[in-house]
Amino acid sequence: MSDLRELYQQVILDHNKEPRNFQKLEGANHTAEGYNPLCGDEITVYLQVEGDMIGNISFQGSGCAISKASASLMTASVKGKTKAEAEALFHTFHKMLTGQTDSAFDPRELGKLAVFSGVREFPVRVKCATLPWHTLRAALEGKEEKVSTE
Amino acid sequence: MTTVGHPIPGKIRQAPSAGFDVEKVRRDFPILRGKAHGKPLVYLDNAATSQKPQVVIDTVTQYYLADNSNIHRGIHFLSDRATRAFEEARAKVARFLNASDPREIIFVRSATEGINLVAHSYARRCVKAGDEIVISAMEHHSNIVPWQILCEETGAVLRVVPINDEGELLVEEYAKLLSARTRFVSMVHVSNALGTINPVKQIIEMAHSRSVPVLIDGAQAAPHLPVDVHALDCDFYVFSGHKVFGPTGIGILYGKAHLLEAMPPYQGGGDMILSVTFEKTLYNVLPYKFEAGTPHIAGGIGLGAAIDYLSGIGLEKIAPYERELLAYATDTVSAVPGVRLIGTAKEKAGVLSFVLDGVHAHDVGTILDQEGIAIRTGHHCAMPVMRRFGVPATARASLAFYNTRAEIDALAGALHKVREMFA
Repeated sequence: MSDLRELYQQVILDHNKEPRNFQKLEGANHTAEGYNPLCGDEITVYLQVEGDMIGNISFQGSGCAISKASASLMTASVKGKTKAEAEALFHTFHKMLTGQTDSAFDPRELGKLAVFSGVREFPVRVKCATLPWHTLRAALEGKEEKVSTE
Repeated sequence: MTTVGHPIPGKIRQAPSAGFDVEKVRRDFPILRGKAHGKPLVYLDNAATSQKPQVVIDTVTQYYLADNSNIHRGIHFLSDRATRAFEEARAKVARFLNASDPREIIFVRSATEGINLVAHSYARRCVKAGDEIVISAMEHHSNIVPWQILCEETGAVLRVVPINDEGELLVEEYAKLLSARTRFVSMVHVSNALGTINPVKQIIEMAHSRSVPVLIDGAQAAPHLPVDVHALDCDFYVFSGHKVFGPTGIGILYGKAHLLEAMPPYQGGGDMILSVTFEKTLYNVLPYKFEAGTPHIAGGIGLGAAIDYLSGIGLEKIAPYERELLAYATDTVSAVPGVRLIGTAKEKAGVLSFVLDGVHAHDVGTILDQEGIAIRTGHHCAMPVMRRFGVPATARASLAFYNTRAEIDALAGALHKVREMFA
């Protein structure tokens, strides 16, 4: 059970139950849809990009606790950041999830996102945590196609 | 195996069906003695694939140890032994399905390949624009997509028989869909996502009254129910080896001989020919016409051993034991607060699909896995079924005759843990 408690930390369970920024964003100028065919998780990310900055962000969709909490915490983490800062954050986040914590890895950069560190013990769930981020990236790049984890 | 807490008050623990000793059959399956995450393995993912008895493992090993050779063309000792074993396996499959002739048994890779073969070599020849192919709303993707491909190529139309909220086929709607335009019916025997047993004999009779041929997808039926293609009078029947306790990579297509004989080959190559010149090739007779290239010899022989094993126990004993176990599982799991069963047909086999209020199926699967319990979560390759019931995914426990009530208790106990964690 200890691994499970690491995976399903209270912060994650809270964000699953009451996700932040969980609505359609009126006035969004970038959106993208993401899909995980393995488990049926679906997410839409809405962005209000102002110049180089993510002015506002929200999401909608259905998914497991990991994907929903990841989306919720992602929106809180990247709001007000530049595109490059968001991309760098995803890069570090991904390193943590896949256990590539080399000398360049600094968990302090992640802030609250560090609650997902337990995911690395569950390799099949990494895609759940990264789906919102891949979808965010697609929205920033203005991709029309639905993002898939497969 | 320890029984996990949360006993269900007032439940009477009946003895398993007479004449079936589950502890004895469990000893035939080495993997069931294993552990997962340090807990005794509780394997409830049998609709995805079944475990293999020692005798199947030994048969495949023995083939590679002592008999390995290519079949049907060698003149030597080993080739003769391998050929005999492979053809004996074909005869066993014929008896298993009560087919009248082993020539009606085609070895393929999977039930999926069997359906594709029929779509390609049979249906494609008799379907034109505006014609209709009838399937049901509870099909696995493998009995949807081959027909969609055919429809795209020919301009034919796919018609889908709806199901009710219990997950039962609406036979009266099926009757309405059958028309002068219907060219083919392809229907699942037992639904992999819902467990529903379809009234296939009636489905076939109704189609035949309009001279429409019928394929039955028996991938989930063959492990649980006696199948008699002669009594059913189906034109084609498919099932897969690995779901009936045999090896992966081998499946069976049964077809009535006169239909198979009139069909062109599915693939060209070795073994399926009588003679080849650059001007003309003469195709081999049944069943070899449909078995181009070296087949999965070990798989076929292993499947023969699995069928011997199943027949040794007897599906007539297995079916009532599983029926009782499923009834017990249905009561036990639905007693967990927040559980909603998906698929509550009166006639069911082997499958318990459910959702847990407030917890995604994927999270249920991960937590159960940590308890050593293997279930499947997701859409079960039946996305239209998920849409019909308005859920993105379900958790599915699927049974085999080696499962026990103690394992069902462990499942229910772990579901209580899930609820506690997500409370």
